[in-house]
Amino acid sequence: MLTRAPLSLLYLNVLVIATCGLVYELLAGTLASYVLGDSVTQFSFVIGVYLSAMGVGAWLSRYIHDHLARVFIEIELALALLGGISAPALFLAFPFVDWFAPLLLGMVFVIGVLVGLELPLLMRILQEHLEFSDLVSRVLTFDYIGALLASLLFPILFVPHLGLVRTSLAFGILNGVVGLWSTYLLRPLLSARGLDRLRLRGGIVLVLLSVALLKADQLTLLAEESVLGGSIIHSTQSPFQRIAITRKGKGFQLFLNGHLQFNSTDEYRYHEALVHPAMLGSKPPEKVLILGGGDGLAVRECLRYPSVQSITLVDLDPAMTGLSERFQPLKELNDAAFSDPRVRVVNDDAFVWIGADDTTYDVAIIDFPDPSNYSIGKLYTTRFYRLLRERLKPDALVTIQCTSPVVAPKSYWCILASMQSSGFHIRPFQATVPSFGIWGFALASPQPLGDVPPLDPSITGLRFLTDEAMRAMFELPGDIRQVATEVNRLDNQILVRYYDEEWHEPQ
Amino acid sequence: MSPNKHVDNLVPSSRIGRVDALSRRELLQAVLGTSSLALTGCNRTALPQAGDYLAQDFALGHRLRDPSATVALPTDWQSVPVVIVGGGIAGLSAGWRLLRQGFRDFLVLDLEREVGGSSRSGNSGRFQFPWGAHYITTPMADNVELIELLQEMQIVERLEQDGSPIVAEQYLCREPEERLFQNGTWIEGLYPALESTEDDQRQLEEFQLSMHQWSQRRDADGKRAFTIPIARCSTAEEFLKLDQLSMAEWTRQQGWTSARLRWYIDYACRDDYGLTIDRTSAWAGIFYFAARLRSDRSESQNVITWPAGNGHIVQYLSQLLKAQLRTGQLVYRISPTKPGRAEAQSAQLQPADDHKTESPVYLTTLDGQTGVVRGIAASRVIFAGPQFVAQRVIDGMAERRALTSNFRYSSWLVANLHLSARPRASGFPICWDNILYDSKSLGYVVSTHQSGIDHGPTVITWYYPFANVEGKLSRDQLLRLEWSEWADLALTDLEQAHPDIRQLVKRIDIMRWGHAMIEPGPNFLWSDARRSAAQPLGAVHFANTDLSGIALMEEAFYHGVRAADEVLANGVRSH
Repeated sequence: MLTRAPLSLLYLNVLVIATCGLVYELLAGTLASYVLGDSVTQFSFVIGVYLSAMGVGAWLSRYIHDHLARVFIEIELALALLGGISAPALFLAFPFVDWFAPLLLGMVFVIGVLVGLELPLLMRILQEHLEFSDLVSRVLTFDYIGALLASLLFPILFVPHLGLVRTSLAFGILNGVVGLWSTYLLRPLLSARGLDRLRLRGGIVLVLLSVALLKADQLTLLAEESVLGGSIIHSTQSPFQRIAITRKGKGFQLFLNGHLQFNSTDEYRYHEALVHPAMLGSKPPEKVLILGGGDGLAVRECLRYPSVQSITLVDLDPAMTGLSERFQPLKELNDAAFSDPRVRVVNDDAFVWIGADDTTYDVAIIDFPDPSNYSIGKLYTTRFYRLLRERLKPDALVTIQCTSPVVAPKSYWCILASMQSSGFHIRPFQATVPSFGIWGFALASPQPLGDVPPLDPSITGLRFLTDEAMRAMFELPGDIRQVATEVNRLDNQILVRYYDEEWHEPQ
Repeated sequence: MSPNKHVDNLVPSSRIGRVDALSRRELLQAVLGTSSLALTGCNRTALPQAGDYLAQDFALGHRLRDPSATVALPTDWQSVPVVIVGGGIAGLSAGWRLLRQGFRDFLVLDLEREVGGSSRSGNSGRFQFPWGAHYITTPMADNVELIELLQEMQIVERLEQDGSPIVAEQYLCREPEERLFQNGTWIEGLYPALESTEDDQRQLEEFQLSMHQWSQRRDADGKRAFTIPIARCSTAEEFLKLDQLSMAEWTRQQGWTSARLRWYIDYACRDDYGLTIDRTSAWAGIFYFAARLRSDRSESQNVITWPAGNGHIVQYLSQLLKAQLRTGQLVYRISPTKPGRAEAQSAQLQPADDHKTESPVYLTTLDGQTGVVRGIAASRVIFAGPQFVAQRVIDGMAERRALTSNFRYSSWLVANLHLSARPRASGFPICWDNILYDSKSLGYVVSTHQSGIDHGPTVITWYYPFANVEGKLSRDQLLRLEWSEWADLALTDLEQAHPDIRQLVKRIDIMRWGHAMIEPGPNFLWSDARRSAAQPLGAVHFANTDLSGIALMEEAFYHGVRAADEVLANGVRSH
C-alpha cells in the first residue's frame, strides 16, 4: 500500500510529466519552423501528430495488464532519453538527411505515444488508493497546470536563455529524475526482482543526458547566438570555416566565421546588383563562372537568362554548397538552383582551381567573402586577376563584390586598382542593402566598357533593378571618391591590412 | 614500428659514442637546448608509422676515404672534351653556361642518384618540398648572368630601366612571410618584440640603420662593401678587417647589449650559415643583412621561392642538361696520367701558369649501380664539389691540403613532416617561415604556402643546424642518432607551438647533411687560402660555394659560370 505522503508527491510527478511532455511538443514545433520555415504548417502538423499519438498511447494502455508500476517507470525513462535527445539529434541529423520532416514527425509520434501511455497507467496505479472522481480531478488538474507552466515558460524563459538544445536535454534530465524517483515512491508496488537493474538504467539515462548537456556548448554556442544576434537554427564547423544560420525577425541570415553573408529579407538587392550588370553584355551570355557564392543566390539570378548553357560555381567549402542544396529555407531562397542541370559545383580553392581550368567564359561573377584573412586575400591579388583574365573571352564581363566603399574606402579602391593593374577596364558601382549599408561592386572587362546597358525586358522576377535603378547604381554619390592605394599582390597582401584597419577601427 | 630506413649505412656502430646512455631528457636538452621541453608529458611512442631516413650516398662516397678499397683499372676509355664533376647548383650552372655559349660536348657526373646536392627536393605525389636550400634573393641589376638564367626560367618577367629584374608575382614569397612563436603565441615577423623594452627597440632601430648604412658603403673604386656574389665585394681593408672578429664581438663593440637583438642576429647566422653569432665572422654577419639591401630602398630585396625550394632550379637545369647528365657515378680519381701506366705513381697535376694546357686529364669512374669502372680522357675538368673531396680524388692536391685545412663545414638535419591538416595555433596566422624563439632549431617552412593551398594536408620542412655542437654529443654522434630519436626531437620542438602536431603527422622523412655548408667563421672569408683555392690546377677548374665561403645558391651559380668561362677561354673544342 502507498502511504499518504507519496500520494501527494505523485501529483507533483504528474505536474512534471505534463510539463515535460508539452515541452517536447513545443520543441519539435519550434525546431521544425526554425529549420523548415512556415511556422503555421509546422506547428499545426506537430500538434496534430502529437495529440493523435497520445490517443494511440492511451488506447494501447489497455493492453498492459501486469507490473503497471514497472512499465510506468520504463516509459518515464524511455521518454527521458528520447525527449531529452530530440532537439540535439534533430539538429545534428538535419544537414545529412533528406527525409527530415518524416524523421521529425516520427519522433513526435513516438514521444506522443509514450506521453499518452503515462496518465492512464498512473491513474490505474492510483485507482486503488482514491475515489475515481477524486483521482480524475486531481490528476487532470495537475496535468493542465503542468501544460500551462510549460507553455508560459517555454517562450519566456527556456528558449531565450537555454536555447532549444539545452532545454531539450534539461527536460530529459528532469523526466529521468522523475523516473528514478518513482522507483522509490512506487517501491511497495514493485517486485524486488530486477529493481536494481531498473535503477541502473535510470542512472545511465541521467548520466548520458548530463554529459550531453555539458557538451551542448559545442552545439548551440549561446555566446555565438548573442554575437550573431539571432537564434541559431543551424551551425557547423567545417574544415574551412564556421557556418551559422540564424533566424531573426522575418528572415534568416547566413554567417561565415561570424561575418554576415546575407539576410534573406534583402539579399535580392545585393544579388541583383551583383549579377545583372555582368549579364547584359553585347552577346547573350552562355558560359558563366561564379567564384564563391556557395549560397546559390547568384546562381538563381544567372538562371533567369535562357541563353545560359552552363554555370560553373567554384566554392571552397562542400559544407556550404551542400547546405544550399539541402537546407530547406536556403533551397527555397535560391530556387533550388543547384538542382538545375546547367549548374556544376566545384569544391576547391579558386586560386588553385583557376590555374588548372581550361574553359573560357562569357561572364564571371566574383562573390568571395571580404578579405579578412590572408587565405582569402590571395583571391583579390593581381596574380589571381591575371589568371582570371586568361579564363575569359575578350569581350567577357566581370562583376565583383568589393566590401563597403563608405566604411572601407581604401579596401574598395585597392580591389579596383588591383584589377586595373591586371589589365581590366573597370567601372565602380554601389547599391544599398539594408543589412549591409552602402555596398560596393565593380564591373570589369578585358575590353573598354560602354554605357550602362538597359535591362533585358524578357527577364522577369526582378524586385530591385529597373533601368533607372541600374543607371543610378553607376552614379557614385559624393562620399564615394577614389582614394590612392597600393596594388594588392601576393607578396604584399596589402588589402588584408587595409581591410583590418578600416573595419576594426571604431566606426 | 618499422620506419622504412632506406639509407642507413654509416660507420660501424662500435665507433658511435655512448649516445644511448643519454636519457630522453638529456637528449632534448642537448639538441633543442630547452630543459622545460623535456618535462612535457609526450611520449616516445607517439611517432608516425612511416618515414625515410636519408643521408648523402655515404656508401659510394666512403670508398674515397678508404685506401684499402681497390677499384679495378678501367678497360673502357672514352674521350670527352669537358667533364663536370658534381651535379649540385655549381656543376649544373657550369653546364648551363656551357650550353648557353653553344658548347654541348660535355658530361655532368654526380655521385648521387638524384642531382641537386643540397638544393634537392622531394615529391610526395601531391606536394613538392625542399630537402635543403629553399629560396634565393631577387638579384640586383649587376648580377647579369643570374638574371639571364631567371629570365630563361620565366621567373624574371622583364627588366626595369636600370636593369633591375621584375620577378613574376607567383614566385615572390607570398605574404605573410614570417612569424615567430614567443611567449606562447605567434607574432608577425622575426624580431622577438613581445615584452621588449624601449631600450631593446632603440637598439633594434640602431642596428637596422647601421645595416642600411653598410649596404650603401662603397670603396674608392665604387665597389659595394657587401653584395652578392661576394667576388664583387670591395676588398678595401676598412671592410675586410670586419672578418677578423666574430659577429658577437662586433655587436658588443657597437654597444648593443639587448638580448632580443642578439637573438635576432644569432637567428640570422644560424639560418644562413649554420653557425651561432659567436662563431660567425662579423663580415659574414653584416653581409647577411647588407648584401640584400638596395641602397636606394629601405626594404630587403624580395625573396624568390618555390614549393620545391631551390629544387625548382635543379629541376629546370637538369631537364636542360638531360643529354649530359650521368647520375650514380663516383669519380674516384682525376689524374694527369692514364692509370695503369708506370708513371702514374709519380705524376701530379701542376698549378696552371697559363690556362692553355694541352695535356688531357684522366678520370676513373665507378658506376654505383653496376660496379662498372670506366675511364674518361678529358681536355678540361670542372670539379664542382667541396675541397675536402677534391683532395681525395685529384692527384696533386697534396700541396693544397695546407691551403684548405681551415675549410670547415657545418652539418644539418632536415625533416619533412607530412601533415593531415594544418596545426592549430594562436596568434598570427601560418606563414611561409615559422620560427620558434625558444629553440635551437630554425622552425619550419610550409611547402604549400607558395602554391596558395591553404587548407588540408601539407608538408612542412623543419631545419636543424648543428650550430653549436658542444657538451655531451659530437656532430658525428648527432648524425648517427636513430630515426625515432630525430623524429621525436622534431615533434617535441614543434609541440611547443602546436600541441596537436603528433595527431596530425602521418610521416616524417629525415635527411642528414654531414659537412654540407662551408662555415664563414672569423679569418676565413678573406684569407688568401680561400681565394687561392679557386685557382685551377692544371686542366682542373674548381666551382663550389666553399670557394666563396658562404653557401648561397647565388655563390654556387657564380662559381659554376666562372669555371665554365675559364674552360671556354681555353678554346676547348668539340671532338
